[in-house]
Amino acid sequence: MTDNRPVNLDLATIKMPITAIVSILTRASGVFLFAAMALMIWMLDMSLASPEEFAQLKQMLTAPLSKIVLWVIVAAVIYHALAGIKHLIADFGYGETLEGGVLGARLVLILSIVLAALAGVWIW
Amino acid sequence: MVTAVTNLGRSGLYDWLVQRVSGVVLLAYFVCLTAFIVSTPDMGYEQWRGLFQHTAMRVFSVAAILSLAMHAWIGLWCVVTDYLTPRLLGPRANLYRGLASAVCGITLFTYVVWGIQIVWGN
Repeated sequence: MTDNRPVNLDLATIKMPITAIVSILTRASGVFLFAAMALMIWMLDMSLASPEEFAQLKQMLTAPLSKIVLWVIVAAVIYHALAGIKHLIADFGYGETLEGGVLGARLVLILSIVLAALAGVWIW
Repeated sequence: MVTAVTNLGRSGLYDWLVQRVSGVVLLAYFVCLTAFIVSTPDMGYEQWRGLFQHTAMRVFSVAAILSLAMHAWIGLWCVVTDYLTPRLLGPRANLYRGLASAVCGITLFTYVVWGIQIVWGN
């Protein structure tokens, strides 16, 4: 394997279409959720440990900063889930054309914004 | 050449299927949890703990945490094999990628043990 083959896919010079943006955001949200899972499992642990710790966690989650962190995690779950559903739909053969892909990517972005906004309303 | 030694199933097709099945399990889990939380205003400790004392919920939780580990491994494998490459990191890329994979694997294993301990341990 030589290192000096030409590389044609220089991401820095390519204008990203909406499908590529949705795709990379799926990866980014997935990597983020992998890390955030530590926080989620820790909260689950605390919430189930004892009534005192449950109350303590509830109290902690009223702080503005905690709410922002919680909302970012929930928004990432929403986005990643919708992008995953798009993948499943594509696996069944729908939206595999160029137009279908663009439409699917737009739907994922729009629905994510709507649901993340609703989650924000619920959290605050 | 591509050496299929760090991907979960040694086969792209198998990984593809595991990624879908685990994704559906996780989707169902988060939808159920969200439905419970949203439909229970002013939830107290008893209600929350009561939910997790059902055997079905414990089994569902373990299914979700195992799905998470497999799903995250496949996803992170895709990410590290795409970005932690000799072209982007130079000749020591394989070492860095191996280390990153090890960190991911240890972290996921910790999540699995921790998660199971939470739902079955008390």
